Amino acid sequence: MTLAVGLILLVVVFPIVVLLLHGVLKEANAIVPSVAKIRDAARAGSKDLDAVPLLLTTQRQVKETVENVAAYGGSLDVILDDA
Amino acid sequence: MGAVILIVAVVLIVLALVYYLVSVIVALQKIATGLDETITAVGEIIEKTAPVAPVVDDINANLDAAVSALEGLLVKKAGMADAVGLVDGLYPGAAKAGFRDFPDSATTKAPRISTVYTRGTLTLARLGREAPIAAASPNGPALRNAVAGSLAARGLYFGERPGRSPVIGTNAPVQYEASDADPSTV
Repeated sequence: MTLAVGLILLVVVFPIVVLLLHGVLKEANAIVPSVAKIRDAARAGSKDLDAVPLLLTTQRQVKETVENVAAYGGSLDVILDDA
Repeated sequence: MGAVILIVAVVLIVLALVYYLVSVIVALQKIATGLDETITAVGEIIEKTAPVAPVVDDINANLDAAVSALEGLLVKKAGMADAVGLVDGLYPGAAKAGFRDFPDSATTKAPRISTVYTRGTLTLARLGREAPIAAASPNGPALRNAVAGSLAARGLYFGERPGRSPVIGTNAPVQYEASDADPSTV
């Protein structure tokens, strides 16, 4: 009886256990490079956004430009005849 | 004999479990580390993009105000039809959308100004009374009334209008404004 159980474990159970665990390990290892790519992409995206504070400069310049355009518009309104 | 085989089988299974499970644990640790770094980077992205929306909204609001003011000025100075034609000449297809603050501008039939004049000429024709196009057009009527449209400019000259633009500035031979002119009116 003990011999039969031992043989079953050795011939049937052991290969199945090894096969299943190998599959799990293979899939887990396959995730690692994908996570690394996502991490690199996120880092690159974060680095690209370092220029976002320049929007504040753009905002200020747009406001100043609009003010200048308004001043020119006021002058044109005086200089040009109405239709 | 049977006990030995049983023990060997159990030991092999346990060893296989240990090897593969430890390997899986190592791989999961790498994944967890990578995800932690990813989450950190994503957090930075969220933090950096947080002020973008209000800043862009403010920029758009300023630009909208400028566009409305300039469109209003253009309509006031050029008239609705010419204004629509001029804008459509500069930006083909814009006449269909019309002006923002003038709902009837979308239905205004725009003159095909751009089929006759280039963009630069259009701009000069509308903004500068000294534009050559204001004087005459060899292919038909001028965009502006050659006489009435340049009355103000003609007022700058004492006699006949010269063939070139007048010399302006502090060293100009003819000063067109009195030295005590109110600068606030310029």
